[in-house]
Amino acid sequence: MIPRYQTVLFVVLLAASVAMTVLLWRQLDSAHQRMLEGQSSAPTQAPQVAPAEPATLMVASDADGSLQPRVLSLPLPSLEANPGARARAILGRLLDLYAAPDSAHPVPGGAASVEQVFLLPEPANDPSPESANDRGSQNGPELAVVNLSGSFAANHPSGIETETLTVLSICATLRANLPRIASVRFLVDGQQLDTLAGHADLTRTYLTSQAVPAEGVAP
Amino acid sequence: MAGGDGRRSRVRGRKSWVVVLIWLSMAALAQAQTAPAPRYTVVLDAAHGGADTGGHSGAWLEKDLTLALSVRLRSLLAARGIAVVTTRENDTDVDHVHRDELANHANAQACISLHASLSGTGVHLFTSSLAPAQPARFQPWLTAQAPWINRSLALAGVLNSALQHAGLGVTLGRTALPVVDSMACPAVAVELSPEGSASAPSNRSPVDSLNDADYQARVAEALAAAIVEWRSQSAGAGQP
Repeated sequence: MIPRYQTVLFVVLLAASVAMTVLLWRQLDSAHQRMLEGQSSAPTQAPQVAPAEPATLMVASDADGSLQPRVLSLPLPSLEANPGARARAILGRLLDLYAAPDSAHPVPGGAASVEQVFLLPEPANDPSPESANDRGSQNGPELAVVNLSGSFAANHPSGIETETLTVLSICATLRANLPRIASVRFLVDGQQLDTLAGHADLTRTYLTSQAVPAEGVAP
Repeated sequence: MAGGDGRRSRVRGRKSWVVVLIWLSMAALAQAQTAPAPRYTVVLDAAHGGADTGGHSGAWLEKDLTLALSVRLRSLLAARGIAVVTTRENDTDVDHVHRDELANHANAQACISLHASLSGTGVHLFTSSLAPAQPARFQPWLTAQAPWINRSLALAGVLNSALQHAGLGVTLGRTALPVVDSMACPAVAVELSPEGSASAPSNRSPVDSLNDADYQARVAEALAAAIVEWRSQSAGAGQP
């Protein structure tokens, strides 16, 4: 015969276990929802309500190591209101092309691989007052900091040519659409990484003027 | 007495001349032994190694192919009387600073960094994307390649001609590769990709193509021929 107090204790413990399970499950679910909301609050996709505008993508080809311009009509954020989001949307479309099954430069990841693009005034190399005024003005040269996702770098095919083409096509595409961007630096998950996938140097600053090749010529 | 003294002094004078001549000839011999003719040296850098596998796909590892190509090319160059310095001889992880130290101490006439990739086709030749610079007494380590850019481009041209002459597809480019950017010698990164020429079997996988011993041998032979040609073009040119 089980004593009554043990039966009561068992029922109370069982009820507490069930209640804790339900509570933990709900907290897990709400944490997951918060994480998804946090991700989706960043504009990973260009807003569809924006009018479509032509954007020039410098598309890489592994076959001949070239960058070829391709003009697409894309809905893009305003250049004046949010140039960083505009740059991100354009680069996202470029990486979507690379993630497509028939890509000439296959790289998995797509648009979500570009986490942020920050535009900053170009650091001073020339200390003259005129140069400082130019940098301080709206039309001064800018440095773009492109923050890529860790999964993009981890899954990028390894090789000098393929890594170089990815880096140069990003630089050349930024220059083609936002000519004020004079230089580009890369981060991966917010941190500096030595190389993209074992070869292309990600510690240096890339000049966009050097990324743009002559017509149909390997950079 | 006076005649005897004169004969003795003449004999002593002849002996002195003989001693001086022997001393001079021995000094000349010693000089010849201490200053040998400058060696023609090539640095072969088999990329990656150890825990750094480089590119990989299944059992295929970039580090294995670069080492195999380095060993093959070293034999071909040694057979042609060229001194070869390699940055690794086995499966060890050598950081790029140590590779550059080896290359720069070798005072080499050509530095070849060997890579392999499953992307693209043919052989990719890359020179540093640094802007050319004037030689300076002290060159920054990270941009040590800058004064050598023009000679590196010339070396890439010679390699390109030899590879094309061997019927291999070639792509030329510039890149930011830390190991090449710090080399103080004419330096080219050679990346072997699956064969893309018309003679290559079309149904072969990229891994099979890269593992093809005949393909590797043709590339190594072409590279060795190019380096011999480079030696004939650049005899005596040891500075940027």
